[in-house]
Amino acid sequence: MQFVEPTLNLSVILPIIILTFSTLLLMFVDFWVPDERKDITGWLSLFPLGGALTATFFQWDTIKGAFNSSVLQDNFSTYLSILYLITGMLSVLISIGYIRKRGHGRSEYYFLMLFSLVGMMLMGMANDLLIVFLALELLSIPLYIMSGFDRTDLNSEESALKYFLLGAFSSGFLVFGIALIYGAVGSTALPDIAEGIATSGTVGLAGIAMLLVGFMFKVGTVPFHMWTPDVYQGAPTSVTAFMSVGAKVAGFAALMRVLISSMGSMDEKWIPALAVIAAATMIVGNIAALTQTNIKRLLAYSSIAHAGYILMAVTASTKSDDGVGAALFYMMTYMFTNLGAFAAVMAMERFSGNKQLDLDDYKGMGKHNFAFAIVMMLLMFSLTGIPLTGGFVGKFYVFKTALEADLVWLVIIAALTSVVSAFYYMRVVFNMFMFDGEIDMPTVPNALKLVMAVAAIATLVLGVLPADWYTIAQNALMTTGG
Amino acid sequence: MDEVTIGWYIALAAILFSMGALGVLVRRNALIIFMSIELMLNAGNLLFVAFARHLGDLDGQIWVFFTMTVAAAEVAVGLALAVSIFRNRDSVNIDDMNMMKG
Repeated sequence: MQFVEPTLNLSVILPIIILTFSTLLLMFVDFWVPDERKDITGWLSLFPLGGALTATFFQWDTIKGAFNSSVLQDNFSTYLSILYLITGMLSVLISIGYIRKRGHGRSEYYFLMLFSLVGMMLMGMANDLLIVFLALELLSIPLYIMSGFDRTDLNSEESALKYFLLGAFSSGFLVFGIALIYGAVGSTALPDIAEGIATSGTVGLAGIAMLLVGFMFKVGTVPFHMWTPDVYQGAPTSVTAFMSVGAKVAGFAALMRVLISSMGSMDEKWIPALAVIAAATMIVGNIAALTQTNIKRLLAYSSIAHAGYILMAVTASTKSDDGVGAALFYMMTYMFTNLGAFAAVMAMERFSGNKQLDLDDYKGMGKHNFAFAIVMMLLMFSLTGIPLTGGFVGKFYVFKTALEADLVWLVIIAALTSVVSAFYYMRVVFNMFMFDGEIDMPTVPNALKLVMAVAAIATLVLGVLPADWYTIAQNALMTTGG
Repeated sequence: MDEVTIGWYIALAAILFSMGALGVLVRRNALIIFMSIELMLNAGNLLFVAFARHLGDLDGQIWVFFTMTVAAAEVAVGLALAVSIFRNRDSVNIDDMNMMKG
């Protein structure tokens, strides 16, 4: 038997190497940071992220496989890595003061966040179901801990346990599904699956179904969304912001890669299933959000609804050339808008007594802090999809790609549910501007102001001048094979 | 004729997996739910080993190592969460965890 020397191509995972090792280094540096000043570690954790981001920028437009093509670098993965790293930076910024004030200013928080980001970056690059599985766990396990980070708060604990149980449950489906696909095809590498899946029969189909169930749990689509509201509400808000963007985008990244590059030939089998799930997700997410009074819960249901819109683009991605680009662009607008919205929630939040997470607490905000109210309004407009905001352009491209893929009924449902969504987003805006109320707002830390400003500017730029950004998303194509 | 074919292994793994999934849905103690999840993962492992033997391919066996490692990491986190919750409320029954509704 001949021994074939594996091709490593370490340059492909250079950003991941930088992030991992500088985080490990940071863990050592942290020994010399006194306990009461752990904020320093938080600020320092921006350096690994910055280093990885720089390395990622240089990877644009290079296509390379590594580790016997089990990891693949193309514009798709590079684009997503940039999104995750920006998410990471903004999340670190909003976390630093928040975690300290909540009484748990421990530096483990930042290490967990950075390692979770490593998992997310690998999700976009995975070209083998083994890497998908490992990356998924690497991103999820730190998130379980982070959602329970406020150990004294029963809600936080409860959210962590729920997230953990359902996350592990979904991994069970994922592993079993992969095992079935392995049995049917004889390999877990995506290019091999692409070759063998069409003739794999029932076992292969059952495998795909269970794999999809596993993914649907992770991205939180109906009927596997049950955990989302509880987890998002209970977890510390900074963690909610991070996972509502990072974990969701990473789940979709791996889902798209698996579906398009390895199961593209069977799309007549999974398009109807995904279309129905996308429709149900948009309907349930938007309608359940109507009755919410807690803003974190409202944003949780809103994130379920947005998962539906992204899934619509994923569904269309084999029939329409722009499917992947539309989904990626939507993710970019969703990232900025959602992080900004959660930053605004955190600016209002208190940690004892009335936590100020109710929609009623925002009454009278327009008079009390006009700038805050305007930014919040802009973000709510973007989540609704009102023109001149990024959310509108994102939705526009998603609808367009779905129309190109002949999913007219799905577009109608999406448009109707968007209208429904205006009711609950506008409730926040009306509360701020149309009602009078006593606002008891803590001083907003500068880091939160910065994140909100970045989110607002990005939302506007993506809404008014989307062309260049959309071209970038369109160029973030996936390569198949390896 | 007396050979145990791959179909039997698939059936056994499917039964184990269903038992695990049912356990997760039906049982109310967080620890029992962990155990059921482990059963689901191990059903997957069994399937991997059986297919590896059937296909004469080592990849499936290597998969099992990865699954076991990940499962161990998950249990470490899960048990830590359970202990921390038990300290706060003297119970790991998930029916008691209903602070958030809506």
